[in-house]
Amino acid sequence: MATDLRARLGHVELPNPILTASGCAGAGRELAQFQDVSRIGAVVTKSVMLGPRAGRPTPRMAETPGGMLNSIGLQGPGIDAFLQRDLPWLLSRGARAVVSIAGGTVDEFGELAARLSDAAGVTAIEVNISCPNVEHRGQVFARDAGASAAVIEAVRGRARYDIPVFAKLSPDVTDIVEIARACVAAGADGLSMINTLLGMAIDTVTMRPVLAGVTGGLSGPAIRPVAVRCVWQVREALPDVPIIGMGGVRTGADALELILAGAGLVAVGTTIFNDPSACVRILRELDEELARRGIDRLSEVVGLAHEPGTRMATGRKLARTATGRPGDLP
Amino acid sequence: MSQGDGEAEIGPVQVRGTVLTVRRVDAYHAMTLVAPGVAARFRPGQFLTTAVGGPDSAMLLRRAFSIHDVRPDHGGTVEFIFSADGPGTRWLARRRARDVLDVTGPLGRPFPVPRDPVSCLLVGGGYGSAPLFALAGKLRDRGCAVDFLLGAASGDRVFGALTARRTGRIAVITTEDGSLGSRGIVTDMLGQVIHDARTDVIYACGPMPMLRQVTVLARRYDLPVQAAVEEAMACGIGVCMTCVLPVIGNDGITRMVRSCVDGPVFRGDQIRWDDIGTIPFDAFGAPGWEPRPGRPAAGGQTTASGATAAGGPGGPGGPGGPAGPGGQAAAGGDAGTGRAAGPGGQAAADLAGRPGHGY
Repeated sequence: MATDLRARLGHVELPNPILTASGCAGAGRELAQFQDVSRIGAVVTKSVMLGPRAGRPTPRMAETPGGMLNSIGLQGPGIDAFLQRDLPWLLSRGARAVVSIAGGTVDEFGELAARLSDAAGVTAIEVNISCPNVEHRGQVFARDAGASAAVIEAVRGRARYDIPVFAKLSPDVTDIVEIARACVAAGADGLSMINTLLGMAIDTVTMRPVLAGVTGGLSGPAIRPVAVRCVWQVREALPDVPIIGMGGVRTGADALELILAGAGLVAVGTTIFNDPSACVRILRELDEELARRGIDRLSEVVGLAHEPGTRMATGRKLARTATGRPGDLP
Repeated sequence: MSQGDGEAEIGPVQVRGTVLTVRRVDAYHAMTLVAPGVAARFRPGQFLTTAVGGPDSAMLLRRAFSIHDVRPDHGGTVEFIFSADGPGTRWLARRRARDVLDVTGPLGRPFPVPRDPVSCLLVGGGYGSAPLFALAGKLRDRGCAVDFLLGAASGDRVFGALTARRTGRIAVITTEDGSLGSRGIVTDMLGQVIHDARTDVIYACGPMPMLRQVTVLARRYDLPVQAAVEEAMACGIGVCMTCVLPVIGNDGITRMVRSCVDGPVFRGDQIRWDDIGTIPFDAFGAPGWEPRPGRPAAGGQTTASGATAAGGPGGPGGPGGPAGPGGQAAAGGDAGTGRAAGPGGQAAADLAGRPGHGY
């Protein structure tokens, strides 16, 4: 198709804007059975920590209307195993690797950034600041502008200069723009939003919380309007900062919605659990949505919803290119 | 996955499966789908997952079911058994011929089969027995003697009792209400059957408490158990990390391994049954965990390392091999309250509490 889907992750150019969302695609290997991981813009890995981590007890998951709660606790083998096994595998498949990192202290984040910078082939670093700060009564970094900034500053300071650093923001804050500004001021090259919302479910049969961890992160289509709102607000305040939008994207039209709100790239998360080949499908659907509207370049529509006035011109184009059946209109 | 990169030939596929039939089988439903790639790759113990509710469904998680049987007809059909007791499985029960489902499979490690013609006891609880019949066929092909010990709460919940009686050398049925076979639970009869059948190897699929008890009793007779577990899972392909349980690897290290890709079949004696639902303090990566001197710290991921290895493919020597999705286990998903289930053949699926195998 003719649409130019190239997207920028900071200064790095990707062939298209569709990524996996961290934690929903492992390090790409399992998904490769169902789709070519080199075709999507990049694989964003599950958050990597310094050491191995067993995570939280089960049950770790509950299905909820239009989504799910999870309480995994960042289970993973740690950075050594990641660098030995997962990163080389991704690169051998021709995939671009955006590595998500998580830590309990500012120094751990910095150390991870340094380790990744010593390895070849890391396209970008996404900083998962929705972790408890063990040095500050377990308060989540992402809920405090100062703590968020400290982490980003440490990562930016120790990451190689040419590796873009994206801060992944939590929607569970009073003012996401304040956190976004703090991260950008601390050196973030871009922002990923949104992480899950804190939620909870109680089993009415056992009359106890469903999750062993009691609370968990809510994800899936149920949270998409929150993601659209967050992306919109941050784009409004910081129009030049690159945004990876995520939260409940299930179709190409959903991805387009986040793009119109201001995201230059879109990550697909929980939907992968529903459809393991979702990323390539959504990429194709996005391409079709753009073509149907007569849009030649993805970059033309990033943040377009912020422009004043009606979208009549685009609408007429859409009507012309559609077959005329109402079903073809979004 | 754990087998490296050679997944192309043996790995799972995602296909549009066309419903051939949905029928009642006592308390359960049996669905047959045309799903050629799945059928061709299937080995007993593996499971499949299907999306439920259509493309706009508010039920996002796929439901997992042990594969009961595959046939070459129509290019390849698969059949699975489920209990329609949650919104997802009730939706499945309403499907009709020619409806299309998004199906992924075969998933997980199959039951390892012994090299030698030994005496195999297949123990099933509820519809956890579903994957045992394909296994029985494979075992008989290798010259093994196959005996069955099946149980459930009531006669209509013992899946495959008739087939077991027709095809098993010995077939013992137990029901809690005494409506079929002897009154009680399967583990009441296990010792007797092991004795009568001179069992060499046990294969089990059913509710977790049953699997645990079978493993405990088998240890007394020094018999290996291959247990197909049932854990709630969201993705079924190894990315979501929700279906983990503590399993001791061949290196002696306990890891929280994924029952979808490292199982659902495990050696019973490698599962830390009493620690399920916890993170044992000595598990790889538990808080405060440190590599023991002389041991490599790089554990595998959850996947490959020790635990998996344990299961190894194959079956050399008996039942130690890798396991697959227990019949039961995997499938269960549909919990009303949101638990997805594992395929265990049983039921896990749509139950509101733990998925059960019909127990």
